[in-house]
Amino acid sequence: MPAAPHPAPPAPASAPSAQAPSALAPSAMARPFIRIEGVSKRFGSFQAVRDVDLTIGEGEIFALLGGSGCGKTTLLRMLAGFEDPSAGRIFIDGQDMTGVPPWERPVHMMFQSYAIFPHMSVERNIAYGLKHERMSAAQRADRVREMLDLVQLAPFAQRKPHQISGGQRQRVALARALARQPKLLLLDEPLAALDKKLREQTQFELMSIQSRTGVTFIVVTHDQEEAMTLADRIAVMDRGQVRQVGSPTEIYEYPNSRFVAGFIGAISTFAARVVRLTGEIAEVDIPAMDGTFAARSVPGLVEGQSVTLALRPEKISIAKTCPAAVNVVEGQVKDLAYFGKDSLYRVTLPGGDLISVHAVNARRADEGGRPADWDDRVWLSFEPGSAILLTD
Amino acid sequence: MTALAQWFHRRGWRDLIIGIPYAWLILFFLLPFLIVVAMSLATRTPTAPPFGYGGDNPLINPAGYARLFTDSLYLRAFLTSLINAGVATVLCLLLGYPMALALTRVSKSWRTILLMLVILPFWTSFLLRVYAWMGLMGRNSWFNGLLTDLWNLITPQAWALQSIPMMNTNFAVVLVMVYTYLPFMILPLYANLERLDPALDEAAMDLGSRPFQVFRDVTLPQSIPGIIAGGLLVFIPAAGELVIPSLVGDAAAPMIGRIISDEFAQARDWPMASTVAVALLVLMVGPTMIYSRFQARAEGAETDGAKP
Repeated sequence: MPAAPHPAPPAPASAPSAQAPSALAPSAMARPFIRIEGVSKRFGSFQAVRDVDLTIGEGEIFALLGGSGCGKTTLLRMLAGFEDPSAGRIFIDGQDMTGVPPWERPVHMMFQSYAIFPHMSVERNIAYGLKHERMSAAQRADRVREMLDLVQLAPFAQRKPHQISGGQRQRVALARALARQPKLLLLDEPLAALDKKLREQTQFELMSIQSRTGVTFIVVTHDQEEAMTLADRIAVMDRGQVRQVGSPTEIYEYPNSRFVAGFIGAISTFAARVVRLTGEIAEVDIPAMDGTFAARSVPGLVEGQSVTLALRPEKISIAKTCPAAVNVVEGQVKDLAYFGKDSLYRVTLPGGDLISVHAVNARRADEGGRPADWDDRVWLSFEPGSAILLTD
Repeated sequence: MTALAQWFHRRGWRDLIIGIPYAWLILFFLLPFLIVVAMSLATRTPTAPPFGYGGDNPLINPAGYARLFTDSLYLRAFLTSLINAGVATVLCLLLGYPMALALTRVSKSWRTILLMLVILPFWTSFLLRVYAWMGLMGRNSWFNGLLTDLWNLITPQAWALQSIPMMNTNFAVVLVMVYTYLPFMILPLYANLERLDPALDEAAMDLGSRPFQVFRDVTLPQSIPGIIAGGLLVFIPAAGELVIPSLVGDAAAPMIGRIISDEFAQARDWPMASTVAVALLVLMVGPTMIYSRFQARAEGAETDGAKP
């Protein structure tokens, strides 16, 4: 993960409602470069994007993450200028983009289908945007060569798009979008059309190209892993709204809502009630676990409040003997899946609910590596700091 | 018998299915064409049928082909046909391209209605539609009157007209041909344009091209196969058109279809009529061959792409 290239000033309070109540330092963000202010988009009776506020820093890789129909692609198309916001304004580098047509925006897009011109060679595709630049033929040829080298396609310069592979086509699309040195590159599901092996390779290539060129990337994706590995910051979207903005760590470790907690990674959630607040720690009563447990408090909690306690499977320890820990609950293994390097347990809690527990198989299974088996009585424990309290 | 059955089981169905269209083409196209070629080399006689071989005449008589080049009637007719058909094709393209493009840009429900309107004229008798145009173009029609008033309004007094002479001119022929053949231009163009990826237009726009440049750089080059297909579908029948020039055309400057018809029916010179028909065919095969080669090359390129 390339760090933001500039020293981090405090993040502006662009979307206070969506900021995580985070114990981490605010994620690093460079000079604000793109400002999205109260942007909404309506198609007939369908509200695709509703009142989105976002600030994106220069040189950042920013991911818009969400399921299909969450409005992430519409937001991207509004940045490119293919759609006009029904309300709100978009600023790129301080310039109001309202009414600016796509061909005058300092923004280029890499389309999900790549949209490579089929009747032009690789070279001419990459050169296409440059004909609108005031530059000599020699300068243009230099720039095309530079781009071909950047994406390692120099031997394929004269090929037609149908004569190269899908991965190569994707690199043509990237080179074409970068050729005019845009201030902002929009990537619509950049890895969706690639197979698994190529995805990982391309992912790192994208990141290295971004850090070499310093162009701000906005990536639209439905794949949380892709967003986590690529992006410096992520905006999680749902039904046209931004639910949370933060670094991958913030989003994963400090989700601000049940939606975000459930969307990113696996999680078990339980209804709970706050019994006592002592400094950093909130004691909560969890009927499903038949007891009172300690969790790190979040701002604004009051005693007696109903909350949700969420636990990631890998934050829970599983043992066949009762451990000396703050939060311990007894259960019975209902199911286990052995993946080799780790195992997933489904454990029945006293209240009858199931909880997922992830354990690394640090030793061979037949040498005590597997802490529990089917139907075993087990003790689960977790640190107060690992438990997530959600108030929504 | 067993050998025949064996052959049939091994590859009979395949050969039969492939064979039917070939048999059809041979029986109804190649054979009649050979008869026409043979007839073009016969000598005209006052018998029935009015041609013969041998006897007092040479067995093969290529005099007709010589006459094609010596008698200016034929050269002028070919020229008139090519010009009329060419102008009609270009006008069909200029009118049909925006229509085809518009068809791809409107909503699905509108598209159905508009496509219907393109095809609708075919449901009325072709002759009826030509007669309707004759009515419109005639000296005393409201249409002619309207155009005459418009003409008199915008031109100097000295050029004032009683009515615009439209009937029995090449203008009338081109007008009615454009009207008749326009759907043959629109439909292949529409089929071509409809397949283009709209993301390509957006990509070009995104890279700095204005709508006109997007059209010039992206849409137009990709629609060349559609333009050629539509152009041939209009040009070839228009060049050999008989009915339209006979009904609305200038009798003093006949098109080639009219010449063939007249040679057969009026002059009863079957060999000469056949000669002209063969010449027309040769003239038309040229562009078609170019088109097929173009198509084959495009398809060849497409299949090459299958292997990366």
